[in-house]
Amino acid sequence: MKKRLIKLTLLIFFICLAVTSFAQQQRFPKPEFETGYVQPPTQQPLPRALFLEYLDVIVLIGALILVSWFLLKKRSRQGVLWTSVFSLLYFGFYREGCICAIGSIQNVALAIFDPTYTLPLTALLFFLIPLITALFAGRTFCAGVCPLGAIQDLVAFKPIELPRWLQKVLGLIPYVYLSLAVLYAATRSEFLICRYDPFVGFFRFDGTFQMLLLGGLFLLVGVFVARPYCRFFCPYGVLLGWMSSFSKKHVTITPSTCIQCKLCSNSCPFGAIEEPLLEEGKRRSNVNRLMTYLILIPIWMGIGGLSGSMLHGTLAKFNKTVYLAEMLVQNPDIRFNQENIDARTFMQKGKTMDELVVDAQKIKSQFYWGGWIAGAFMGLVVGLVLVNLSSYRRRNDYEPDRTNCLSCGRCVDYCPVK
Amino acid sequence: MKKDKQQNSRTSRREFIQKSMRLSMGIGLAAVGGLVAFRVHADDTVWQLDPFKCVACGRCADYCVMTPSAVKCVHAFDLCGYCDLCGGYLKPNANARSTAAENQLCPTSAIRRKFVEEPYFEYEIEEKLCIGCGICVEGCTAFGNGSLHLQVRHNVCVNCNECSIARVCPADAFQRVPTSQPYLIKGEWTKDQDKKKQSPTG
Ligand code: SF4
Ligand code: SF4
Ligand code: SF4
Ligand code: SF4
Ligand code: SF4
Repeated sequence: MKKRLIKLTLLIFFICLAVTSFAQQQRFPKPEFETGYVQPPTQQPLPRALFLEYLDVIVLIGALILVSWFLLKKRSRQGVLWTSVFSLLYFGFYREGCICAIGSIQNVALAIFDPTYTLPLTALLFFLIPLITALFAGRTFCAGVCPLGAIQDLVAFKPIELPRWLQKVLGLIPYVYLSLAVLYAATRSEFLICRYDPFVGFFRFDGTFQMLLLGGLFLLVGVFVARPYCRFFCPYGVLLGWMSSFSKKHVTITPSTCIQCKLCSNSCPFGAIEEPLLEEGKRRSNVNRLMTYLILIPIWMGIGGLSGSMLHGTLAKFNKTVYLAEMLVQNPDIRFNQENIDARTFMQKGKTMDELVVDAQKIKSQFYWGGWIAGAFMGLVVGLVLVNLSSYRRRNDYEPDRTNCLSCGRCVDYCPVK
Repeated sequence: MKKDKQQNSRTSRREFIQKSMRLSMGIGLAAVGGLVAFRVHADDTVWQLDPFKCVACGRCADYCVMTPSAVKCVHAFDLCGYCDLCGGYLKPNANARSTAAENQLCPTSAIRRKFVEEPYFEYEIEEKLCIGCGICVEGCTAFGNGSLHLQVRHNVCVNCNECSIARVCPADAFQRVPTSQPYLIKGEWTKDQDKKKQSPTG
């Protein structure tokens, strides 16, 4: 026994001298036991069963159909409310916030740009189904299926009305967020939307301090500014808004014809009810102004693209590889700093500096072109918003603004027409 | 031409625009679906870390959204030498090969040492106590066979859309693996790999 131990100690000592990298080797052969010892198996607890993932998809479809039916056929706010409570419990607290339609944007973007990524069918379905529904029934997903929407809807106790211009300006943030999320997913950098999901920490009763703080802040603001995340951040809401604008059916405030009683005009906590509008000024000058704004769109896109591409250096810094490369190029001494985990690992891996720089360069050029596209997209959005503001579409009645209406059904109860 | 003129009332024009826009939105969605169709897989994916890439940096303990981390140490008994002087169990400067806490590497005493027969000992992980810090893994890899290694445990992991550890892992050890094969346990997995290498058809 003693002898063997001394041998072992010596052996270890020599190995310590010899080990320069993390190389793997079977230094001590597995003993042959004489006492009939049976080696325990290495436990492998299984993940959630696959059929349950498909069950989630079925629950999603069921909830969407239910909410659409409550809104379009029954015109019942109560029904929508209770479905949203169910969705909060199921998709929020039971499923703990993952899988979600908002995050699935990134899976789809990654699948388009990364040939090595296999996209789970469930993620694609979570992306497509709410959008298809919005194309036929409006944003019923927001109304009663999205757990993030539901948790905010429940705390909107004292909604105040924001000035229109502020709503328009804040309403541009989701477009920025969407472009950044797609940019970072497409360059394989990270999933921004998941990282800054404000409520996932609540759903799991666990999370980093910043996560919970962000969520708490959103809920606090949400008491006064109804559903702040949905209206001013949600990138999926952008896509839903596009679909809903041209939807086949949509919730209406009045079941038959509006009598202009104005009872509903303040009923929407999200400022999504549009008042009747008559064409102002001369038709010809309106058309002229519209044409000017239309012609301006390519200029906006150019400006946007240029500034997007100019920002690419800053944007790329949040990519892990680019960050490491820039740090090591600027301070080569960090390579020998054992305290810096990233630098130490890089040295252990035996990748050369040149390879790292080439990799970083590649990612940077992706960010350059991505910056052009994202910037041009933002320019297009700004241009279209201006066109929209200047084009007077005549409206005779009080109607929900189809892009921004979250189909919550609150206004329905205010209309006296039966 | 005549038909156009007849339809020229404002509402029908608006309806026509609505309809064609709806159609183009539908086509857009179908296009996105078609674009990714050949990357779609019916199996879901979960996160797992490649133990051969992992450098036991310690971030697994700190960056998981779960506390304690869903990453735990597992023991591939097949690879273990059952050493008395275990590089993953004892501190290098331990003054005695005893189970006293001050001699143990593991900050939470999650490794259980059991006598098997002279001079062999079995080391088992108490997963409830393990926080996934990787200190034992570093010790075992440097001084032993590397049989102790980290794995994402799927009874704890909530399978985030993007694993928060994957974002910061310096070794890029995290990857998405099919739900049907959720582990990359050292011994068994390498055996599988070898089999695959031997028979390229299988
Ligand atoms: S249904 Fe739309 S317009 Fe009516 S209150 Fe809800 S969000 Fe506002
Ligand atoms: S409450 Fe009904 S009738 Fe009155 S303005 Fe609103 S939609 Fe029209
Ligand atoms: S973060 Fe990566 S390198 Fe560090 S312990 Fe975890 S898997 Fe290993
Ligand atoms: S040293 Fe760290 S990784 Fe190893 S068993 Fe203890 S807690 Fe787990
Ligand atoms: S996927 Fe989420 S829960 Fe699982 S290991 Fe990564 S961070 Fe932890």
